[in-house]
Amino acid sequence: MLSPLAGLDLQPSTQYPSPHTITHEIVAHFREHRSQLRDDWLQRVKDQHLLTVLPDDELVTEATMVLDHYLDALETGSLDTLHTYTRNLSNRIIPRRVETREVVALVLNLRDVLARALITQYHGDREHLLAILDNYQPAANRVANAVAVGFVHERDRVIREQQAAIRELSTPVLQMRDRLLVLPIIGAIDPQRARQLTEQLLYAIREHRATVVVMDITGVAALDASVANHLVQTVEAARLLGARVIVSGVSPEIAQTLVTIGLDLSEMTTVGDLQGGLERAERLLGYRVVPTSELAN
Amino acid sequence: MPETYVEVPILKQGPFLIATVQSALADADLAHLREALVDRMGRHRSRGVVVDVTALDVMDSYAVRTLCELATMTRLRGAEIVIVGIQPDVAFSMVQLGLTLKGVPTALDLEEGLAFLQERAQCRRARD
Repeated sequence: MLSPLAGLDLQPSTQYPSPHTITHEIVAHFREHRSQLRDDWLQRVKDQHLLTVLPDDELVTEATMVLDHYLDALETGSLDTLHTYTRNLSNRIIPRRVETREVVALVLNLRDVLARALITQYHGDREHLLAILDNYQPAANRVANAVAVGFVHERDRVIREQQAAIRELSTPVLQMRDRLLVLPIIGAIDPQRARQLTEQLLYAIREHRATVVVMDITGVAALDASVANHLVQTVEAARLLGARVIVSGVSPEIAQTLVTIGLDLSEMTTVGDLQGGLERAERLLGYRVVPTSELAN
Repeated sequence: MPETYVEVPILKQGPFLIATVQSALADADLAHLREALVDRMGRHRSRGVVVDVTALDVMDSYAVRTLCELATMTRLRGAEIVIVGIQPDVAFSMVQLGLTLKGVPTALDLEEGLAFLQERAQCRRARD
């Protein structure tokens, strides 16, 4: 097999050059064989079925960009432009379901391809090769680390934003009438959502000066013990703020759960469905809803 | 030597007393407040007491117990009590500690508390 770098006549120097010179030498060597290295790298990426969501031409473009930024980072030792690029790249590929594993494998492959090129080039001079590798490897690891961490950071940020958006959508506290709030809960409740729900409800009670709250859990399929406990605590905390909570829409399964875990529910007002809950709340507030036809008489 | 306590101002408003806690209270101060309130209640023949804890950002078990005792004593002296102004964060940490002020009426703020007492007084008059 013909090495891609065979027949190069870069003379390894016999003296010990300064680290700066070595870096310079490494990067110059890589630059010279840039497209060959890139193609080797792309071949590995394809063999390992990485980044398969990207079409070939786009993969080549991105790979070239990554390689250039990688070399710049090696040369200057500054990761700033690489960081910016990683952030942009991550933003482009995260919505296309590229996984962390793929990005890490991608940069590690590049690191390996470049290291291999160095070994092929300098294997004749052991001392020089060691000096080169000592210089290259820490820098390469730093760069690989920066790319992987950058990607994960960016992904975390996207996830956090989405979570925040979902959370905001998922627990509206609605004012039905003066002093009457309705809190419809739909979907699964995890501990974090339960906490958020409590916080929103308690602050909404204060803001709207509510005295009655209807908490409708028709849309909740199941509760585990800790979340059930949390809901009971929410009801009690609301009472400390002077608001009475009516829980409506307890499904047979949830009723079963609440009984099984043996929570003290004596303080809780429960009503079959949302309509019943609203009627009870209106009675508590002193409202009476009468059909207009009855008023006429 | 007489002991010194943090004095909590107790205001008389018609048939009601209003005690506004303005800073964190030590256990002895709380006990002192309890005695002072029960004493004033008898002197003014008050029908209700509002304890405003808006300024408190923490409520420990001793404070809660003292408030519960105060509630029972108030009831024994033929008056009503209402605790007002518990902050959302305080309320939630209280229930997490199991301090739910069971059986003690609560209201959002002073205005709500006075409205509550008024309503209870009317109920009582209607009943008698």
